[in-house]
Amino acid sequence: MIQTRGLTKHFKDVRAVDGIDLTVAPGELVALLGPNGAGKSTTLRMLTTLIPPTSGTAEVAGYDVVRHQREVRLRIGYIGQGNGAGHSQRGRDELISQGRAYGLSVRDARTRAGSLIDSLGLAEVADRRVSTLSGGQRRRLDIAMGLIHAPELLFLDEPSTGLDPQNRANLQEHILSLRAEHDTTIVLTTHYLDEADSMAERVIVIDHGRIIADDSPARLKAEHVGDRITLGFDAELDAAGAAATLAPLAPQRRGNRLVVTTQDAPRRVPGILDDLRAAGHPAAEVEVTRPTLDDVFLVLTGRSLREGGAAETRELVEV
Amino acid sequence: MTTLISDTGTVFSRELRPVLRDPFTIIFSMVQPLVFLALFTPLLPGRDALQWFVPGIIVMSCLFASSMTGSNLLFEIQTGSHERMLVTPLRRPALLIGRALKEIVPMVAQAALIVAVCVPFGFRFDVLGALAGLLILATFCVGLGAFSYTLALAAKNQEWVFWTVQQTLLFPLLLLAGVLLPIDDGPGWLRALARGNPLSYVVDAERSLFNGEIWTTATLGGLIAAVAVAALGVWAGVRAMRRSD
Repeated sequence: MIQTRGLTKHFKDVRAVDGIDLTVAPGELVALLGPNGAGKSTTLRMLTTLIPPTSGTAEVAGYDVVRHQREVRLRIGYIGQGNGAGHSQRGRDELISQGRAYGLSVRDARTRAGSLIDSLGLAEVADRRVSTLSGGQRRRLDIAMGLIHAPELLFLDEPSTGLDPQNRANLQEHILSLRAEHDTTIVLTTHYLDEADSMAERVIVIDHGRIIADDSPARLKAEHVGDRITLGFDAELDAAGAAATLAPLAPQRRGNRLVVTTQDAPRRVPGILDDLRAAGHPAAEVEVTRPTLDDVFLVLTGRSLREGGAAETRELVEV
Repeated sequence: MTTLISDTGTVFSRELRPVLRDPFTIIFSMVQPLVFLALFTPLLPGRDALQWFVPGIIVMSCLFASSMTGSNLLFEIQTGSHERMLVTPLRRPALLIGRALKEIVPMVAQAALIVAVCVPFGFRFDVLGALAGLLILATFCVGLGAFSYTLALAAKNQEWVFWTVQQTLLFPLLLLAGVLLPIDDGPGWLRALARGNPLSYVVDAERSLFNGEIWTTATLGGLIAAVAVAALGVWAGVRAMRRSD
């Protein structure tokens, strides 16, 4: 459905996107994850024909994004960061004119608009001015606009930014049901870790315009981070003895605590506790931490996504 | 399947719909040139001042309206609906022409109103000529609207730039076209500048067409100026759309 080779975009001196090779198969649900400014949205804007690449190629829904813009546009849906519906318009009017833009007859556009309004729960607000709608209602209207022509491929740029948790959950549910019912291929960008984690089967981590990891959330975590077992002891002496007992697991000791990094921690904990008791160094407490995608990002880049990007650097200027 | 014309229709009717649903603003703006006309015409010398001034005032109101095409766009660039439309298969010229027409069509209604109000005061006009005149004017204003659209794209991050440039260009354009006062008695340099102003030819054409002089060089000059401005404007606008990021 999507195939890019060395896709690159420079803005003056900034390499916003720096050689991305990406293949997305029909029916996939892919999340592009990365901090602000990583190049996610720029990549999406190239794939949706909004901006031309500086170099490299991209084929979307079977057509080249530079040479066959119209063919690409006919086949994709796009839900951008802003509001697709004009603020001075009525939602239903916007849906109908969106349908007309894709070549639906007035009658078909009207019917389609009506059924989307119903299925997205917009019946009460569809004939009001868009500017009077709440953020969540406007976002649902944006989704309806992106779906008016039942596209085979849907792009969503930061779909849940600015929504409260309830509306975010609601939106995610809509996206997932869309996929379940129509087998739509979905590519979304997000900087919400839990969103990428819970929705996508495939997460592509982007940093500084490059793909630095591409796998399912579970495999990314297992491969790059692993689970963490933290064992607490009553005395440092016990901790030291336990470290010797667990030497094959390469534990790290900090005072009277041991940290073991491993795969599949919940299944291993009972065995470890038995070994420690048998060796005469029973653990006083145990904690299992499963990694998040943020841990993956931290391992890959040395930075946390939560802090929103690059580590702060300070320069001293002497006069 | 869609065509350039159906795409233009889609954009045009989308733009016009909020106006039709809430017509007060447009009714208000229609009265404005009448006030202008009432206060300005008595100052003009000669008995056929209306005959000279009415075509000019029609040009002026059309000009003000179409140069605003970009201001609505600025807002839609900021909220995101312009981006949404750029991803649809709508043909790019349709985005320009449809928006410009939305400003122009109400102005045709306004022209009719101005004429209707002036006839009791002795304004005489030729129906066929007036229709031809409005067609030329609409063509010119599509071009101007497209330039306004281009300006909005260029100034999308600084709204004040749009207004500054729009105001700075609009008034010299008007004055140098002899809309408010005749240019003929002005100094040579002023007349030279006026000859370089495409709007001058359109205004001349409007005056002769409203008087019923249809097959004249003034008509031809106005037509050429209008078509040239329209072609150049749409070309610049489509180019700006493709380049804008």
